[in-house]
This record gives sequence, structure tokens and C-alpha cells, in this order.
Amino acid sequence: MNHLDALEAESIFILREAYHQLNKPAMLWSVGKDSNVMIWLARKAFVGAIPFPVVHLDTGKEFAETYAFRDRYVPEWGLDLIGDACPPIETVDPSLPPASRFAARKSRGLTQALERHGFDGIIAGIRRDEQSTRAKERVFSPRGADGVWDFRDQPPEFWHQFNARAPRDAHVRVHPLLQWTERDIWLYIQREGIPVVPLYFARDGKRFRSLGEEGITHPIDSNAATIDDIIAELDATTAPERQGRAMDHEAEDAFERLRESGYM
Amino acid sequence: MNSTIENQHGARPYPIVIAGHVDHGKSTLVGRLLYETASLPDGKLEELKRTSEKRGADMEWAFALDALQMERDQGITLDTTRVWFASDARTYVIIDAPGHKEFLRNMITGAAAADGAVLVVDAVEGLSEQTRSHAYLLALLGVRQVVVAVNKIDKVDGGEYRFASVRDDVVDYLGGIGIEPHVVLPLSAKHGHNLVADQTSALPWWSGPSLLEALDALPVRPIQLEGDLRLPVQDLYRRPDKRLIVGRIERGRVRVGDTLSVWPGGRSAKVVSLETGSDDTRIAAAAGQSIALTLDDELFVERGHVLAAGDPPVEGNAIRARLFWLDRTPLRAGDTLTLRLATASHQVVVERLDTVIDVQTLSEHDADAVPNNGIADVVLRSRSKLVFDLAEGGIATGRGALVRDDRIVGGFTVAQAADVADGRVLIPVDHSVGAGERAAANGHQGGVLWLTGLSGSGKSTLAMALQRRLFDRGQQVYVLDGDNIRGGLNKDLGFSPDDRSENIRRIAEAARLFADAGFIVVTAFISPYREDRHNARAIIGDGFQEVFVKAGLDACESRDPKGLYVRARSGEIPEFTGITAPYEEPQDPDLTVDTEALSLDAALNVLIGQIDRVYATGGDRERASG
Repeated sequence: MNHLDALEAESIFILREAYHQLNKPAMLWSVGKDSNVMIWLARKAFVGAIPFPVVHLDTGKEFAETYAFRDRYVPEWGLDLIGDACPPIETVDPSLPPASRFAARKSRGLTQALERHGFDGIIAGIRRDEQSTRAKERVFSPRGADGVWDFRDQPPEFWHQFNARAPRDAHVRVHPLLQWTERDIWLYIQREGIPVVPLYFARDGKRFRSLGEEGITHPIDSNAATIDDIIAELDATTAPERQGRAMDHEAEDAFERLRESGYM
Repeated sequence: MNSTIENQHGARPYPIVIAGHVDHGKSTLVGRLLYETASLPDGKLEELKRTSEKRGADMEWAFALDALQMERDQGITLDTTRVWFASDARTYVIIDAPGHKEFLRNMITGAAAADGAVLVVDAVEGLSEQTRSHAYLLALLGVRQVVVAVNKIDKVDGGEYRFASVRDDVVDYLGGIGIEPHVVLPLSAKHGHNLVADQTSALPWWSGPSLLEALDALPVRPIQLEGDLRLPVQDLYRRPDKRLIVGRIERGRVRVGDTLSVWPGGRSAKVVSLETGSDDTRIAAAAGQSIALTLDDELFVERGHVLAAGDPPVEGNAIRARLFWLDRTPLRAGDTLTLRLATASHQVVVERLDTVIDVQTLSEHDADAVPNNGIADVVLRSRSKLVFDLAEGGIATGRGALVRDDRIVGGFTVAQAADVADGRVLIPVDHSVGAGERAAANGHQGGVLWLTGLSGSGKSTLAMALQRRLFDRGQQVYVLDGDNIRGGLNKDLGFSPDDRSENIRRIAEAARLFADAGFIVVTAFISPYREDRHNARAIIGDGFQEVFVKAGLDACESRDPKGLYVRARSGEIPEFTGITAPYEEPQDPDLTVDTEALSLDAALNVLIGQIDRVYATGGDRERASG
């Protein structure tokens, strides 16, 4: 059993645990590489069809390639898609920096989806190596009524004893990819032949390493046109994955504030 | 540069936890180690310098990890963090654990996932409170590969002598909890002394390994590929043509064609297939894998059951356990908890609180409560059968979590089965009259004759006639049927599959109480679902007898004593068993009574014969009692 097999087995265990313990779970699908891996794992975990809906928090500002990918794979993967639009920019905290306000729309979109559909658990594809506040996460992470993350008082989690219970009106975030690294994700995509949005591969010396909305996500300089190239590039770089995501860098604690108030 | 993530293809990063007393320099050590192995991301070093200057502090390596704003401001690590780095030998994932006492549960969260540990001890302060409690928890959590780093060695005069003194204290304490450290080594994290090779110019007396060299020598925790199979059932997925049993293999291997036993109970079945959901078919799987399989027999299986091969797991109602308690409300004898053991959940009572362990002195003493962050030996007792292994080797069936009010409030490892050790009752409350005494007074044991069959098959007729005959023989007997259950206890329930299941569950619980009271209970319900009847058997236990009252649908419909079939055929009654809802015949009933072939008298004689055999006093199924 190699490292990828171990990660896969762990994620499948977590997904099955979430499905068993939660009354009404849903999975977030950003259409990015990580959430495609998550969908892939869920199809394995449930031996075919994914038994819960998949939520795409649509800001209306995704890249055209992202929408095209979504529309192709919803039927191909048999997904029960909820594609609710996020609330407009006017509804979010005006004290946040510009790109963060954009991200805050997604948090609001998520809150709205939770209310509208009554989900008690949200499965999200965040990873510990992406960003240091995400490194603090639990696999099963309880949220307050407004989606607020109380990182000061997180429950213990050990020996694969995951607990999906949350207080009334609250919900649980489940993070099946928490242990994966960016490199693991690409190795797995390569091994399994998982399709991804073509924007990840270099064209004219640029590629997207992390995929967000148009306007607040910037490509990096790269000639990596294949997965092998990407893995070689990762092995050589010390630049953080989310360097092209403006919302992370607007203030020292920008991303932390976003996450505390419910961002993924 | 970043050789960091340059790991051998496919190798799993080696997880290590950094433990130790608050302010002994754990986060600093990690921050510096990242720097020394060129594992800090671009810009992080500059960001650290900037942040440190802004706060008017010296270079604070710990800021590399203490990412959360609040941690920077307070200068302590709140929660576990993970970062990756690599030596020339392998990749590591570091779990930085907080030292503050109130964050012990975060430390446990981090440490439980580790293969090895670095125990950081301040050379000035020496062994301190959390050094001991963290070390103790490492042992309890099964993390036994330990390197001890005596930090801040630059701060003491005569470093060599102080180091030897601290080393002796640490080795002495660790020896008391069964840990032999791989190495105890001196270093200064802040100044970069002895973190990696050739950094000993300030420590000319040291000829042992650097921290990184010591880490590279720690062995990987083995996956338990060998040994008898343990596959705790995580869930069941029903498909039109099959039932998938899913779970993760905790130990051993499984192959298509293997005969497995299902616990509790130990019934056996053969593995028909391993399913992956894709076209590739598997014929074998091993420890660590999450799998789905099908069996050749529709045995009753549910989440929490354990599929096993070879030596079976232990089955019993009580365990002696060592627990760590993580709740502000202390634990007391008599408290009720949910015990989660592998994938099973059981309601347990803390029957006895044997000793509370002082991890500072390693002394054991009596106490009437286990405080927050306390460690104790207890006896936990369940009404339902626990299936477990002893905790040695850290198997999932030998340890688990304790839950109260939906929150995880502790963890435990199984030290031994407690039934044997105690020779006590299996029921939490000591009844002043035992089941054996009741059986002696009544001349028979209590039990439940569970009649199942189509509407009109003769269940009620048989039950009522049987009650008369048994009563006339001086026996304690009572019939539970729709008339006395549906009208009262279960009047809130309808006829949907869920309500039908709940109906049966409540009937089983009520029947069990009568049986405990010494009665022979006869239940007369259609109880159409196999799984519900299996559940009833699980609730009632040994005294349960499944009786299939057999009559064909045509015969039942022609009898139609209550005119129900006519109404069902006309659509007036939806979901009518046999017409518009399924009836799953028993596959292996304890008794079958064919009411088309037998007269009422003959059928009664068959039933009474069974009762006399099964519920005789002194029979081998008499329950343990006190």
C-alpha cells in the first residue's frame, strides 16, 4: 500500500463516516482540481453514485472554462448539482479588502444554501498544506449558527473517532482531503486519470496553480503543460500555492478573518 | 532548492509530534527546523522578520507556525498545526502540539496521528508538569518512538553537566511509563545548534546525532498486515441486487472466498466479492484499505459489528479501561456515557472508578471523580454486547472515544474484559431479585416467542390459545399484540417502513422487560422485515425464539378474519403486507408452524414442546445473574 493508497483509503473512510453520521450532507464542488479529486473519491466510497447533492457556489464570475467543465461533468459523473448563485457584493462586510469581499460572497452563498436546503453537514476539499489557518482544521469541524469557526475551542479528534454532532442550527464541515498535499493531488489525478479544467496547464508561459474567480485569481509564470511538468515544477518551487489568490494577501490576517466567518 | 518535498516516490510522510511543556520551545524548534531544511515557503522568512520587528521582538521562529493572529499576539500555540519538510532520507509531516494545559485535547488530537515524537525539555527548567503529562499521553496514545531534545542548552553554564542531569531525569520518568527514548540530545533551536548535522561547534562535548539524524533513525509504525482479520463494519449500502458491507480493514487480509465470522454472535459467512465501483475487480484487500464486500448469507449485519477471521475478538458486557478525560465536568462512578469502539456505539455506565493516576508522580490513588485532563482506570459496563480486542498494538477494536452530550469527552484503551474478572451481573443495576430466582419460583425461564407471518396466518389465534394453555399450567405468560401495543405505547406510529421498524423495536424492548420479569412473552405481529426481526433478537438476547407462522397468501386471503385483504385489494389500505408491501420470510427460524398443514391443537403442541425445551429451568441458556 503506497502513500496515495493510504490517502485514498483515509478519505473514503471519512466520506463514509460523514454520510453515515449526518442526516443531510452536501459536498462543495468548486470545479477546481481538489474538489474533482474529492468527487472521484466519493464515487469510489459509495461504489458508484454519490448519494448526496453537490453544491457549486456560483459567483457568476468563474472562468468560461470552469463553466464548460461543470456542464460537461455533471451528467457524466451523475451529480445532483445545486448551482445556486451567491448573493451580490453589496450584501457583504464593506470593511473587508476588495478581493476578500468577493470571497465573502461565497461564505454568504454557503450560508444561504445551508438555510435553503437544510444541510447539516458540508463536505469541503480544503487541505492543511494550502494555508496556515487551514492547517489548524479538524477533519470534522463544527460551525456555529452563522457558519462561524471557533478555532479557540475545537473538539478533540483522534484514532479515527470522528464526531459529526453539532449544536442545533449549526452544521459540521467535513474535510476528507485535509491530509493531502498539492503534490499528492496531482499525483493522484495522474494515477487515476481524473479530468481537470485545462487552465491548470500552461499556455503562452502562464498557468493557474489555484483556480478562483476571474479578476481576483492570477496565473503564474509557468511552462508546465503536463502533469509531469506540474509535479516537477512543484518540486522546484518554494512559492505558496495560493500566491495568485488576491484575497489571501490583502492583510496579515485577511484569510484568517475570512475563515473565522465561515469561508472554506 | 526545496529538496523538501523531494520524497521517494510514493512514500508516506513520516508524522512526528512535537510535545513538551509550554515555553520550552516547541514551535521555535519547528520553525528553525523548517529553515534549516530549506522548507519555508518563499517570502516566509522575510514575513517572519517583518512580523518580529513589528512586535519589537527578536527573530521569532515560532511565528512560522503560529499562524493565527491570536497566537501571534499571545505568543502561544493554540492548536495543532501541520507542516511538511524533508531530510535527505525522507519527508516528514510535523504536528506541532500546544503545551498549554487547557489545550491538552489539541495535543491529543495531534499526537494520536503521529508515528514518532520529539519531547522538548528546557535545559534550564528541566522536566516540568507538561513534559510528564505529554509523555504519559504519548505512551497511552501508543506513540513509543521518542527522541528527547534538551533545548536552550546555550542558556546554561556547564552545559554538559546540566544536560546529563536533565537526561537522567527524563530517562527515569519515561522508563516508568514504558518508553525507552531512542536518544536524548542537546540543542538550541533559537541559535541553530545541533538541529542538523555539523552544528555542534557550540557543543564540543557532544558527539551524538543531531535532531534530524535522530529523526531519520525512527522506525515507521507498521501497518498490521499480518494477524487475524479485523474489519469493523462502517455502514451497509443496499443495491437492487445486493447488500454492500463497507469498512476499513484494521488488521490482516481478506480474500474472495474467505469464511469470516460476524461478531457479536460469531455466525459465519463467505466473502462473495470485493467491490470497487469501477470495472477493476479485486480479489484481495489488506489492512489500511477501505473496502466494500458482499457475503453469501444475508446474516444480520449492522454498523459496529466486526468481521473477523482466525482467533475471534472478545465478546462481553464490561471492560476494564484506562481512560483520559477531556471535559470540565469531572467523570464519576455511575455516570452514563456513549462508548465508541471502532465503529460501534454503546451506552455504558461507569460501574467502578478504580484509580486515578497522578502522571507527575506516577502514583495511583482512590478518588471519586476524574478531573479534566485526568487519567484513570475504570470499569465500563454495557447492556449490549461489546466486541473488542485488548489494546496492545494499538488496534481500533482495542481503543476508542467517550461521548457525552454529543461531544467527545475522553478516550480509552481496553486493558481487559471485566466480566470474567468481576464475576458480576450483566445488568448495570443490581436487581434485588435475580433472573435465576425468578426462574426457580416460576418453574421456567423468561423469554420471547416471536411469531411472524402474514396477516391471517394465525398468529393471534395461536398466541391467545397458547396463553390460555400456559396460564392453565401455572406458567407466567403474556401476549403482546396489535391490540395492546398499537393502541398505547406505539399509537404515534404509522405503517411506513421507518415506523414499522420503530414499532418492532419498541415491542422488542417491551417484550424484553417482560422476559426479564420472568414471563414467557408471545408476540403476534406481522414483523415483515428480516432486519427488524434480527434487531429484535439483538435487543432480547438469548431468550428470543423466532417462530414462523406459515400460511400461503391465498390461504390467508381466503381466511381474511378482519376483512383486511378485501380493503387492501380495493386500495383502501395502502402498504399492506403481502399485497403492496413485502414480507420477508425467515431464513432460519427457530421453529416453523405450518397452519395450513396443522390443526390448532397440533400447532399448539408443537409450540409447547418448544417452550418446554427452551425455557426449562437450569437450561444452558440461563442468563448470568446476581
